[in-house]
Amino acid sequence: MTTALTDLTIAGALDGLAKGEFTAVELTEAHLRAMEAARGLNAFITETPDLALERARASDSRRRGGQIGSMEGIPIGMKDLFCTEGVRTTAASHILDGFTPPYESTVSANLIKAGAVMLGKTNLDEFAMGSANITSHHGPVVSPWRRRSDPGVDLVPGGSSGGSAAAVAARLAMAATGTDTGGSIRQPASFCGIVGIKPTYGRCSRWGVVAFASSLDQAGPMTRTVRDAAIMLGAMAGHDPKDSTSAPIAVPDFTKALTGEVRGLRIGVPREYRPEGLAPEIAALWDQGIDWLRQAGAVPVEITLPHTRHALATYYIVAPAEASSNLARYDGVRFGLRVEGKTLDELYRKTRGEGFGKEVRRRILIGTYVLSAGYYDAYYAKAQKLRSLIARDFREAFEKVDVILTPTAPSAAFGLGEKTDNPITMYLNDVFTIPTSLAGLPGLSLPAGLSADGLPLGLQLIGRPFDEETVLNVAGVMESAAGFTARPARVEA
Amino acid sequence: MAYVIEGETGDWEIVIGLEVHAQVISKAKLFSGAATEFGAEPNTQVSFVDAGFPGMLPVINEVCVEQAVRTGLGLKAAINERSVFARKNYFYADLPNGYQISQYEQPIVGNGEIVLDMPDGSSRTVGIERLHLEQDAGKSLHDQHATKSFIDLNRAGVALMEIVSKPDLRTPEEAGAYLRKLRSILRYLGSCDGNMEEGSMRCDVNVSVRPVGEAELRTRAEVKNVNSMRFVMQAIEYEARRQIEVYETGGSVVQETRLFDSGKGETRSMRSKEHAHDYRYFPDPDLLPLVLDPAWVEAIKASLPELPDDKKERFVRDWGLTPYDAGVLVAERATADFFETVATGRDAKLAANWVTGDFFAAMNRMGRGIDNPPVSAADLGGLIDLISDNTISGRIAKELFELMIETGKPPAVLVEEKGLRQVTDTGAIDAAIAAVLEKNPDKVAEYKSGKDKLFGFFVGQVMKATQGKANPALVNDILKSRLG
Repeated sequence: MTTALTDLTIAGALDGLAKGEFTAVELTEAHLRAMEAARGLNAFITETPDLALERARASDSRRRGGQIGSMEGIPIGMKDLFCTEGVRTTAASHILDGFTPPYESTVSANLIKAGAVMLGKTNLDEFAMGSANITSHHGPVVSPWRRRSDPGVDLVPGGSSGGSAAAVAARLAMAATGTDTGGSIRQPASFCGIVGIKPTYGRCSRWGVVAFASSLDQAGPMTRTVRDAAIMLGAMAGHDPKDSTSAPIAVPDFTKALTGEVRGLRIGVPREYRPEGLAPEIAALWDQGIDWLRQAGAVPVEITLPHTRHALATYYIVAPAEASSNLARYDGVRFGLRVEGKTLDELYRKTRGEGFGKEVRRRILIGTYVLSAGYYDAYYAKAQKLRSLIARDFREAFEKVDVILTPTAPSAAFGLGEKTDNPITMYLNDVFTIPTSLAGLPGLSLPAGLSADGLPLGLQLIGRPFDEETVLNVAGVMESAAGFTARPARVEA
Repeated sequence: MAYVIEGETGDWEIVIGLEVHAQVISKAKLFSGAATEFGAEPNTQVSFVDAGFPGMLPVINEVCVEQAVRTGLGLKAAINERSVFARKNYFYADLPNGYQISQYEQPIVGNGEIVLDMPDGSSRTVGIERLHLEQDAGKSLHDQHATKSFIDLNRAGVALMEIVSKPDLRTPEEAGAYLRKLRSILRYLGSCDGNMEEGSMRCDVNVSVRPVGEAELRTRAEVKNVNSMRFVMQAIEYEARRQIEVYETGGSVVQETRLFDSGKGETRSMRSKEHAHDYRYFPDPDLLPLVLDPAWVEAIKASLPELPDDKKERFVRDWGLTPYDAGVLVAERATADFFETVATGRDAKLAANWVTGDFFAAMNRMGRGIDNPPVSAADLGGLIDLISDNTISGRIAKELFELMIETGKPPAVLVEEKGLRQVTDTGAIDAAIAAVLEKNPDKVAEYKSGKDKLFGFFVGQVMKATQGKANPALVNDILKSRLG
């Protein structure tokens, strides 16, 4: 075999499995070995090797019986925000200590049904709150990438789906699930040089996913190629009557959308995404992306999304508001951590004080504040109005264009411990991804090039509601043009 | 007649508004599939949604929405085609999510009304401010352990309708009449069983007072969870007198939540406005706005049963009953149905007298309900037939009614068995009268000399001689002619 099993794409592995070149057990074992060798990345909170091998064996047996799912035998990582039946689920928080869900989230159940094999639960920012995967109770994730200039510095993988991004980039998993509330799939995908798509809000069920901000949370795939993203999104998506916000819309075969044909397609280039001080290499990469599409026959169109500058502030009102309420259930009464107190209030104080980390506490406080009597209108109500204006910007833009191209993040990955002086510095990481989240639109990040320091940089494609097909197709064309073959420094061959 | 409380400084009027929490009749909870049956073992009717487990999401139960719409229509209220569920955030051990899903700015039902039937036969219309759907909380049990509280989540997530009246009530009696009428309507609609003892209907009372003639509303106090009609009336009376005393001693009433202590018959402060919760209401992002199809609402409207007010009007119009009797008979749908079965094809007034008289008395005496009546409607009808066709006298009828209860046998059978048929044979009555007059020559003389009252004595003696079976009208006629 010329290619290591861990280097295969999902599409390639499905092919190899179909031809009998290797088994799902062999494929799983190869990844389990890689995981063991790369424990220093801290990409997984919980490894489930026994369960993985059991499921791989079952997959091989199904395949022999001619029962072949769309991800039959593919080993994947599962962000530890998805509840998995019988497998500890932490949300990277101390407060969920000892919590083993007696149920399986819809998305992970869909993946099991498609034949995917879960290798373990990947690390993340606590309750998915963060952009560097440094707020996890189980410790930070280290990116497999290294700066050329300073290879001794550990870099962050981005967040919150940092464990998933690092695992996929480092070839510990063929793919992984992520969740994205303001950029938590796309930004780590950009930092780690992989593909990540946050589908349209309502495309994937939120049932069984630990909630951060209900009106924004969406699950999506993190893979190494656009085709793999299309395969995995198809397996994850679908209407779920258990989630009232899940859209009753049929799931297309996303791989069929990858025609490579973009001639005449209008590509929106929003002028607000090129602020003063945008890093020149990011701006240059963006221009490069526009050029690739022009060469493929698409038509770049300058557009305006005038309310973009309000997006970050809007997001940091809406998301914490919802989070402050969503996280009220972690009270030490029924599951997870309980720190006893003499009174009920003391039990709450101690449990929540010790159980939640600093960033989560900060957001609960912000959220509680913006919903308080006397402040609601000034903050939450105003943010809701801005949110509809931001969504309207996109609606109007999509009357003129078919897809929008922007940078994914304002910088490449930074070092562990950098950008921690002020929370706002960290929040700015998501400045390009947040507007899409507020508008509920599909957004994809694909690796488009390297920074001067040899780190991956991503470009973001934004589509119309439920038009992941166009997004994926354009991404496929850009992927071919970019020919991104760089590998992270820390990959065990 | 105005109801006023005389204070030291003058007359005071009470202003009352009621918030009723009515548990919706549905098999499953408002947002989960768990069962709602009353009295199950603790924590046996709890889904992961009810227990607020991570990642669990609410899904609206259409049956509960239908019940709310049905109730709104029954209250002649505006049905809002678009309503929004909001989260009411507060921490308590029996509130698993740390918030209650309720409706806040946009309830499912808007303005409506209830017509009160007052004991003097008059009617009064009271406004309904709104009706909204919300989840119930669980139960905290503080008496099971020395240092711990136990939590039972069976009730957590059960659907409630909060029905808020306008501050239109002015007396404790009106408040009682309001609750009775509301319960009656809910039971007719089948949307709530109205059982206050089991807590399926609970009441918070808003009370304020003002000097008679003052137009402005004064600060109100909210008295929580008053769990019987009697206590509601007691709580209002107590709270009004307390507030009047506060004002008359130079104080001012603070807006606060108070608790009614049914043992002491008084209210006491729970928490004042300053310590009130800030519930941080906001639209629940897990749920889409609830949008109703007007055709669906129309279909529910078309399926509504005849409600108490319409039925009462019909009973007065078609059966010729007094408004009071009609009001009593329509309070419960089953009673009204019972009455109509008895009355159909018969003298309706006589039927009403029997149902509200001897029949209700027997039911109360025996502790029976209309669903398990002491005498069937058919048998009571049969008894009325026997009166109407002069087979038995009214007096015998009462005797026969008791026999029916004792034996369970149909009235016609008992009349034959016991020989209760009344005597209409004038010859036999003649003979009995002759015998009575013969035995009492002195009384006959007194009567003839002007002591008219003795007529009743003679009737009584004749009835006694015939064991009550003589037709009273015939006895009267013949006696009159004999006594000249």
